[in-house]
Amino acid sequence: MSKELLRVSDLKVHFPIRTGGLLIGKYTPLKAVDGVSFTLNEGETLGIVGESGCGKSTLGRAILQLIKPTDGQVLFMGSELTGVGAEVVRQKREEMQIVFQDPLASLNPRMTVGDIIAEPLTVYRPKLSKDERKALVRDMMAKVGLLPQMINRYPHEFSGGQCQRIGIARAMILKPKMVVCDEPVSALDVSIQAQIVNLLMDLQQEMGLSLLFISHDLSVVRHVSHRVMVLYLGKVMEIATRDAIYAAPLHPYTQALISAVPVPDPDIEKNKERIVLGGDLPSPMKPPSGCVFRTRCPKATDICASDVPVLEEKAPGHRVACHHWGPPEKKLV
Amino acid sequence: MTAVLEVRDLSVRFATPDGEVSAVNGVSFDVNEGECVGIVGESGSGKSQLFMSVMGLLARNGRTLGSAKYRGTELVGMPVKELNKIRGDKIAMIFQDSMTGLTPHLRIGRQMTEVLVQHKGMSEAQAVKRALDMLNLVRIPEAARRLAQYPHELSGGMRQRIMIAMALLCEPELLIADEPTTALDVTVQAQILDLMADLKRVTKAAIVLITHDLGTVAGLCDKVQVMYGGRFMETGTVRDIFYEPAHPYAAGLLSSMPRLTEERSEKLYAIPGQPPNLQRLPKACPFQERCDFVHDRCATELPLLREVGPGHTKACHLVSLQNPVTDPAAPSLVVA
Repeated sequence: MSKELLRVSDLKVHFPIRTGGLLIGKYTPLKAVDGVSFTLNEGETLGIVGESGCGKSTLGRAILQLIKPTDGQVLFMGSELTGVGAEVVRQKREEMQIVFQDPLASLNPRMTVGDIIAEPLTVYRPKLSKDERKALVRDMMAKVGLLPQMINRYPHEFSGGQCQRIGIARAMILKPKMVVCDEPVSALDVSIQAQIVNLLMDLQQEMGLSLLFISHDLSVVRHVSHRVMVLYLGKVMEIATRDAIYAAPLHPYTQALISAVPVPDPDIEKNKERIVLGGDLPSPMKPPSGCVFRTRCPKATDICASDVPVLEEKAPGHRVACHHWGPPEKKLV
Repeated sequence: MTAVLEVRDLSVRFATPDGEVSAVNGVSFDVNEGECVGIVGESGSGKSQLFMSVMGLLARNGRTLGSAKYRGTELVGMPVKELNKIRGDKIAMIFQDSMTGLTPHLRIGRQMTEVLVQHKGMSEAQAVKRALDMLNLVRIPEAARRLAQYPHELSGGMRQRIMIAMALLCEPELLIADEPTTALDVTVQAQILDLMADLKRVTKAAIVLITHDLGTVAGLCDKVQVMYGGRFMETGTVRDIFYEPAHPYAAGLLSSMPRLTEERSEKLYAIPGQPPNLQRLPKACPFQERCDFVHDRCATELPLLREVGPGHTKACHLVSLQNPVTDPAAPSLVVA
């Protein structure tokens, strides 16, 4: 077993939302992330899946301390990130970076590509000379598949896929230990998605990176991840190795998610019986009592409304939070 | 089979400060009664603009060349007044973004009944009743209450259902759905796909599904047309395209998708290069710069759609495509 890099314990991010009150505001907490715990090992990819509003992006940012967690603990390389000064966090950020979803919006339109990629170096390696910095940037550009002679161009001159390569180069230039990838391929065309996925996996191999791969696309997550965590309304529903999650998911929500993925194969797709969940995601301001998934769960009973299911190990390395957990009743894909 | 829509040699051009851009270049096809046709392509392939031009909804700097006939009536160049008798009534459209597709300051009821009063001459009360029936058909809970609500009060999935209900109000003969599930979450997408499959059975409308998602196409469509650089690269039945793709682009797209049904591979096949820039489309074959099988002829002569099997056509000079995907290093290149 490789070394543990990140340990997140009972992490909570609650946003106060003003819900009334005339002069003295009345606030209700929006529980975006509500008690999430997991670990990430060196060189490992943890896929984080869930639908919009499940808190997957907030979780990624809270780990990097881009959003201040309300409660809980983040241990990165053995040192505490929560409740410590900004300077301590800043030093640790050298080792943890992020790649954003929107490739163009995450790049400053007034900076050249060279300056964008070099910015982490100017912050964390101020002693480097201009030429040394430029050499590192060129190397990095070549590594992510950009032509080094494009160093003086501006982001708008690049396509979406190329912009994502720039974002990846910026995240990788300090040779971090961990990169949070927040929907890195969702905004890209199918043919470009495959290029970026391959690039991320190659870089991970080469640099021994750990990735937190946040995505709503279950097929992509299966391809890149070693382990997968499923979130719903800020809570962990299930976490297990990739093969366990996809071959034998134990939580009804995971089962529905997997069954909902359209497969590009007419014979399978036209004949499969999808598990279709009724209704929509409840408002995170008013989450259901007990199990948050119970309003859409095909297996829900009275106990689900009264008791919050605890995330427990049901098989080695396979943790599930459900009163009625069990293998799927029919073939999912 | 009779064609509801006949498109012949249709092109779409946009005037831009950098000169004219061709978004669609001379495409021809039919949509027959009761058929579901998938139009697959990436951004910039011209798939949306093709149907925007058919509907007369191009931006001001756009113009349409060629012909698009609805049951024999020419739509290209038709005066707006005439077009409005067909749009919304005989041909309806569903858009990707349900928030911009609905008018934000009008209640759902008002938006739904307007079309019935306009096209069918119904009274307000009749129209409300029909709108309610439609909302029930698309399985919207508490339909009566929804009529008094504004679009922002509803969730994305709910709004998309209302868009579908609105499109079906006048029982159109042709329904054009432009990326209807792209903005939705997986579980909500499953609901909408389920609904569309049911509607396909219940209504007799021909459906055109414009999407980049091959998974959606596989489940719903009978025929598929793959677009790239404003042209059709390959057309055929859904089985032709998914099981025996003949064009390197179609084959490449299919194998670049990771699938839950297959053994996980270490590396994904990726089509090299960037999507085409419509302002600088290569001469001859638009896909040549990214093609594993490119040869001299691709740069000089535009491949025209030709038959490779009954109802299966491709625009490629290659005679056959043998396992380029599983073994990109050793392609068997047979040139006509």
